[in-house]
Amino acid sequence: MSYDSNWEVVIGLEIHCQLATKSKIFSGSSTAYGAEPNTQANAVDLAMPGVLPVFNKEALRLAVKFGLAVDAEIGMRSVFDRKNYFYPDSPKAYQITQMDHPIVGVGHMDIELENGETKRIGITRAHLEEDAGKSMHGAYHGMTGIDLNRAGTPLIEIVSEPDMSSAKEAVAYMRKIHSLVRYIEISDGNMQEGSFRCDANVSVRPKGQKELGTRAELKNINSFRFVEKAINIEIERQIDVIEDGGKVVQETRLYDADKNETRSMRSKEEANDYRYFPDPDLLPVVIDEAYVEAIRKELPELPEQKKQRYIKEFDLSSYDADVITSSRELADYFETVNAKCGDAKLAANWVTGELAARLNKEEIEITDSKVDAEAYAGLLLRIKDNTISGKIAKDVFEAMWQGEGSADEVIESKGLKQITDSSAIEAMVDEVIANNTNQFEELKGGKDKMMGFFVGQVMKASGGKANPGQVNQIMRKRLDA
Amino acid sequence: MSLDADAVKKIAYLARLKIDEADVPGYVNNLSNIIDLVEQMSAVDTEGVLPMSHPMDAVQRLREDKVTETNQREIFQAIAPKTEDGLYLVPQVIE
Repeated sequence: MSYDSNWEVVIGLEIHCQLATKSKIFSGSSTAYGAEPNTQANAVDLAMPGVLPVFNKEALRLAVKFGLAVDAEIGMRSVFDRKNYFYPDSPKAYQITQMDHPIVGVGHMDIELENGETKRIGITRAHLEEDAGKSMHGAYHGMTGIDLNRAGTPLIEIVSEPDMSSAKEAVAYMRKIHSLVRYIEISDGNMQEGSFRCDANVSVRPKGQKELGTRAELKNINSFRFVEKAINIEIERQIDVIEDGGKVVQETRLYDADKNETRSMRSKEEANDYRYFPDPDLLPVVIDEAYVEAIRKELPELPEQKKQRYIKEFDLSSYDADVITSSRELADYFETVNAKCGDAKLAANWVTGELAARLNKEEIEITDSKVDAEAYAGLLLRIKDNTISGKIAKDVFEAMWQGEGSADEVIESKGLKQITDSSAIEAMVDEVIANNTNQFEELKGGKDKMMGFFVGQVMKASGGKANPGQVNQIMRKRLDA
Repeated sequence: MSLDADAVKKIAYLARLKIDEADVPGYVNNLSNIIDLVEQMSAVDTEGVLPMSHPMDAVQRLREDKVTETNQREIFQAIAPKTEDGLYLVPQVIE
């Protein structure tokens, strides 16, 4: 980070999360992604005269489920409001949302900081609302093309407190929410398809200043990487503005990933007066305790609970448990590997180590791993029974990743089986000693460092296939002789 | 509290209403009267009264999450001023 420590950063996020319903929030149109333009936009979505919105039961259930998962107050009586603005992606000229009485009230989410500490991020609220359509600029002889398939798709907007003080924390929080909504199956969380995106409110203030600085809102960021980059670039911009004697203006800005800069969207500023009022087309939504409790019973094991269980049941470190439970798919993968190889620590090390590094490098998710959990467990079993060393296992993994077969097939075809035959290792040890008599005398004379040299030489001579434990043992025997 | 001419013009702009300059004083007067009436009402003691978010004493009915609509794009687009590639075309909006 290039800015110095005289500045304090304050960040709040608004996350828009598409709820996994089959039909829209107020109409019977399909919400399936990727349909031909406007084939899923009916009279209600198009705001034809005389239509009436009717609220989708499932959207309510999913929103309540989210509230329970973040330990929030549930709005037993929530009210829909109209947020008025003119833009062609919203044919009604208002968005149906919730203002004063949202479905989800105050809750929280804990994030894990880099130094291992836990920080609690407050959730102010989460409300139900409808998504807008999509505009396409440029290709239509000076006109804008509008696809209203998305219009009316159910969303929850999850509003955080301004509790994050760096881009890294903001990303950590966003990841946690992303992981949670997929765990509890209220959203597919697909960021490419726009099912999960966020606006970031960013401000800076000189360290020690009590009142908040003026904030800018960064709109519609749809990847974790961009969130971090956009926030960092915005922090730098605001500090530059202030240090040059200027003032940060409260405004909406757009992040341009190609240029890595944020740009003002001034056009929307003037109209930034939404004149909210209760939507007379919709009655208050009233739910009771029994309804809420029934949903509470449906909640699966949450990431935090799973993490604590892994620490307790498998004796994993907090860090490993956190990484593994960051997604339900990764946790499932780990559990499959563990069940088959029967060594939780080994499984955890290899899932958070070699595998995670590989997924990271190729920027793919665990579900797209080229080595599935069963096959990975097969590799770990060969480490466990001493067929191969950990070092050789990395080469075997590489080959498996390249599609060269199962662990056993690769070990067989490449002749990587660890040498555990004592007489073979003894022969190698003796040869190395014979070639390095001076060093051997030094070792005998008490220069213990030389032990590493000899073990290394023997390992090298065996092409990495000798069992290091045995090499050590035989060396000791030769020393004592 | 009463509105001035600028506030009235801003409200008209937000609602995309075109108003005659000559009518502005009349709107200022009428709208200010409405606000005065609301102010009189806010003097009433409403302690313990639940805010009314809807005039009907009823609760929202819920719909099953079922896709009940079929594609009727052709019918809808028949009355649209301009369409292309299945899109509704509107005057350019650039941010």
